[in-house]
Amino acid sequence: MRRSAALLVGALGGMLAGAAFIRRQTAHRERADLYFEDGSMLSLTDGSPGADRLLPLARRIIGEARSR
Amino acid sequence: MDAQHALADLTEISSQIRAAVVFDDKGKVAGSTLPDGEAFARAAADLLAAAEELKPGQSPLTQLEVATADGSVFVVRQDEATMAAITGPNPTVGLVFYDLKSALRSVKPAKPKPPPRKRPAAPGSKKTSAAKKATAKKPTPRRKKPDAS
Repeated sequence: MRRSAALLVGALGGMLAGAAFIRRQTAHRERADLYFEDGSMLSLTDGSPGADRLLPLARRIIGEARSR
Repeated sequence: MDAQHALADLTEISSQIRAAVVFDDKGKVAGSTLPDGEAFARAAADLLAAAEELKPGQSPLTQLEVATADGSVFVVRQDEATMAAITGPNPTVGLVFYDLKSALRSVKPAKPKPPPRKRPAAPGSKKTSAAKKATAKKPTPRRKKPDAS
């Protein structure tokens, strides 16, 4: 009985830790989200061809704003 | 409300926004929180143009967020006015967009110069009113038919 309860608690803890890790990774991922007039949205994650053009521009804007 | 005032309100309301600029579709800066607003506006316009090239359909791009490890860049466009802003990392995206759109709506568009007013008619120039009178048709009095007797 105790053993199964410990297993259950361990499994739940592992799941929570995994979810938190994935969430953290997703939150810190560099990306570009484009919103259009018709309500559609395009999300480009780091490494995709579109994001490769937008991310350096955004980094430059942030860097220049910081230096001022 | 002018753009500079709207930006001052925006940065006061939203603690997440570090810098912002308002410019028109020709790149003319209406207001900026940075001393070099022109360069900021130009870079934001470049970002917008690069994003426009990526659109899959015909629908125009209205807003964008580019998130990097150092912070995010937001651009919101309404009619001819565009507002760009910089935040720190992991901002509350919906809230920032809401604040930017509200601020952009409050910015009054620059009015074109009104045409010069017509001078009031000089006292001697009664020509116009006289001409008007002349042109105005007076109802012609009906003549009575002479009696048949």
